[in-house]
Amino acid sequence: MSRLREALARGEFVVTGEVAPPRGTDMSGMRGAVETLGPHCHALNVTDNQGATLHLSSLAASRVVLDMGVEPIFQQTCRDRNRLALQSDLLAAHTLGLRNFLAVTGDDPRGGDHPEAKGVFDLDSTQLLEIARGMNEGRDMHGRELTGATDFYLGAAVFPEAEPWDVQLDRALRKVESGAEFFQTQAVFDMDKFARAAEDLRPSGVKLIAGILLLKSPRVIKFINERLAGLMVPEHISARIEAAEDPLAESIALATEQVRELRDLAHGVHIMPLGVDEAVPRILEGAGL
Amino acid sequence: MIITRPRDWERIIANLDEVGATRVFIMGCGQCATVAKTGGEDEVREAAARLEAAGREVTGWAVGEVACHEGGTRLTTRKNAGSLETAEAILVLSCGAGVQTVADARPGTPVFPGLESAFLGNVVRHGVFEERCQMCGECVLDLTAGVCPVTTCPKGLLNGPCGGMWEGRCEVVTDRECTHVLIRRRLEAQGRGGGRGSLAPKDFSKKLKPGAVNLREGRAREGRARGGRDGGSGTTGGEDGR
Ligand code: SF4
Ligand code: SF4
Repeated sequence: MSRLREALARGEFVVTGEVAPPRGTDMSGMRGAVETLGPHCHALNVTDNQGATLHLSSLAASRVVLDMGVEPIFQQTCRDRNRLALQSDLLAAHTLGLRNFLAVTGDDPRGGDHPEAKGVFDLDSTQLLEIARGMNEGRDMHGRELTGATDFYLGAAVFPEAEPWDVQLDRALRKVESGAEFFQTQAVFDMDKFARAAEDLRPSGVKLIAGILLLKSPRVIKFINERLAGLMVPEHISARIEAAEDPLAESIALATEQVRELRDLAHGVHIMPLGVDEAVPRILEGAGL
Repeated sequence: MIITRPRDWERIIANLDEVGATRVFIMGCGQCATVAKTGGEDEVREAAARLEAAGREVTGWAVGEVACHEGGTRLTTRKNAGSLETAEAILVLSCGAGVQTVADARPGTPVFPGLESAFLGNVVRHGVFEERCQMCGECVLDLTAGVCPVTTCPKGLLNGPCGGMWEGRCEVVTDRECTHVLIRRRLEAQGRGGGRGSLAPKDFSKKLKPGAVNLREGRAREGRARGGRDGGSGTTGGEDGR
């Protein structure tokens, strides 16, 4: 049983974090991140070839996280596997003890380190959710019975700041219809837009975990604005970090404020510390969590 | 129409070198490759001049009506039998279908592609082509207001937008509108916006290779693979090899 699901059901304000599997076989870096973040988080996302760049699989890495006593959120993108492989890995994930699943579309290979790869996208994330829900009920995507069902708490991504919102909202509601029980959002910068999303999604009953990105330096902001699709740091925030004497300290202060504000709007926060994992306890403590 | 692009010239020369061909016949295509300005008369002449400059002898050239028409291409090869007979290789400036048609018509001679086949293209205007359909075999345009998500969304997502969409623009091809925003806007404008569910996963068995239609036999051959249905022996999957 997913402890994340239980915590959210109890009405607890949850904290999730994120670890990236290594680009190789040396797990020490990821283990270090799990050790730092684990004690402060209800669960940790384990990314799947993030940014369309080669990494050890989320499936194996999620199990490593679990073995360290921390609950993983197994992520799958639709980019690298067809429907047979995706379903097969979901069955594997269940038998490995993974109980949280986040379905995402995935970045296009053109932006990654294997730009010549074929982007599979046999399914999209909405279809994958639908299939995962069926597997929870003991069926494959064709409704054929499985010898043993999965038991995943199903999550998806939502993008509260990307306009047009009506299109995003429609898509988010489809995901809920298809089985999403919780959302983790892209980084939140604009609280008004987040409040709008929270209000529009509330009737659906889905749990909303707000993304917090640690804007640790002006260089990171530049990178986000120029290179990361679907994300833009607003002027007043970038100005604040740029003007700061100690940008890292300022970004921690900013993240702390954001978490505090989100306590009333969201069901939890998903913190992306961009490698400064030791900032996470400071942020949470500062926000009174 | 089929859009073709010029092929790496070094590779063409290397192909001819591999078979030691100094005498070459060139075939173009009077249809798509002519419109795409890659394999019409002008381009065939250009290729001939280039080959001659590279020390090859061009024994002749022809631009038939449609390179991929088997009967027509056989006719063209018969008409040019003399100069084809002396050629040690044939360079075909057409799509891959045309190249194979020529190869079938002259099975004894090495036949090389002179172009890259790119996509089924709309002619946006003279010399400007865009891919709008991938011939997926199971059209969803009825549900998507006449905008193809399979082709015009770079990820081919049936349900979108993906997380990279920003201000209505596509994350991958950033100078164009996100397909899924466009679909939604058009559906709304037609009063078909509300209550649309998600599209089901595509049935790729509708588009198994190689496709074939035979109107004379009065039926279309649906490329449906046999076997493997219940996870039986993997070796039986697609045994009829279509
Ligand atoms: S859905 Fe798109 S690719 Fe498929 S037949 Fe229709 S237009 Fe072509
Ligand atoms: S932004 Fe829209 S069109 Fe571009 S890849 Fe994503 S869903 Fe497809």
